[in-house]
Amino acid sequence: MAYKHSEDDLPTALKILIAGGFGVGKTTMVASLSEVDPLRTEEVITAESVGIDDLSGVEGKSTTTVALDFGRITLAGNLILYLFGTPGQDRFWFVWDELATGALGAVVLADTRRLADSFPSVDFFEKRGMPFLVAVNCFDGAKRYRPEDIRVALDLDDDVRVMLTDARDRQSAKEVLIAFVEDLIRRARQGGDE
Amino acid sequence: MAEQDDDAAGPLVRPYAMTHGRTRASADFDLITLVVAARAARTDEGWEPEHLAILERARHPVSVAELAAAVNLPAGVVRVLLDDLRARGALIVRMPAARTARPDLDLLKAVAHGLQAL
Repeated sequence: MAYKHSEDDLPTALKILIAGGFGVGKTTMVASLSEVDPLRTEEVITAESVGIDDLSGVEGKSTTTVALDFGRITLAGNLILYLFGTPGQDRFWFVWDELATGALGAVVLADTRRLADSFPSVDFFEKRGMPFLVAVNCFDGAKRYRPEDIRVALDLDDDVRVMLTDARDRQSAKEVLIAFVEDLIRRARQGGDE
Repeated sequence: MAEQDDDAAGPLVRPYAMTHGRTRASADFDLITLVVAARAARTDEGWEPEHLAILERARHPVSVAELAAAVNLPAGVVRVLLDDLRARGALIVRMPAARTARPDLDLLKAVAHGLQAL
């Protein structure tokens, strides 16, 4: 086969994080959107590389392994969008830092039955000044709330969009991503005016 | 085969054995850094089987995360091996678009259009 000879021949890669509490549907959403079955990669974290404080809860281990689930969407224009589900919230903040670096932003999935589970994700992206959107995954049997009620409950800034979604439904999940990218475009335009 | 599902069971081979103990790549490979093989491996280059597996998988552009999943190695190990391959001209590397700066408007518009066209 012919080998590529220039860095410019390679597609442009982008990533969006899919965050939220345990069991909220992150991997489901990645699977709905991905053109391949969700993939799993592992990061081996060494105490030396992250500092001992970051390993609270796993003291005594020199290494620990974090599994990351992700999917891929190939877009026109030689673009590849990767979607990464974030790992468990408490022990693995240093992996979140790495994932967040260079990300366009995040979709924080929320479950109205366990809304507090999404607080740590919201806090993380707020503190980093990283754009995010809250998508309420509408589980069967869960009471429906208005997006405005969710906004108040999560104490979100006005520029954070809140949407209802069904993470299992490709079209619904796609609408969330499109809305998020449109928000990013609006922000980029506003930023350019300043 | 229940043991294989046990999170506490470690890998059969210590993950950094094939990197000869190196845990850091000299370059900062992101999980979505894209790589593609620049040439075939030569037999006199002394590659480990894992290098060859990666090069084979990288015949078409592929991300670090996908490579790691495909060859079933931790991403950190794959980064070190990629570094070896690149240092000897076997691999072309493209860092992601938004590693440092905010993405520009044209790129965001292209993403929005691409998603709408799916």
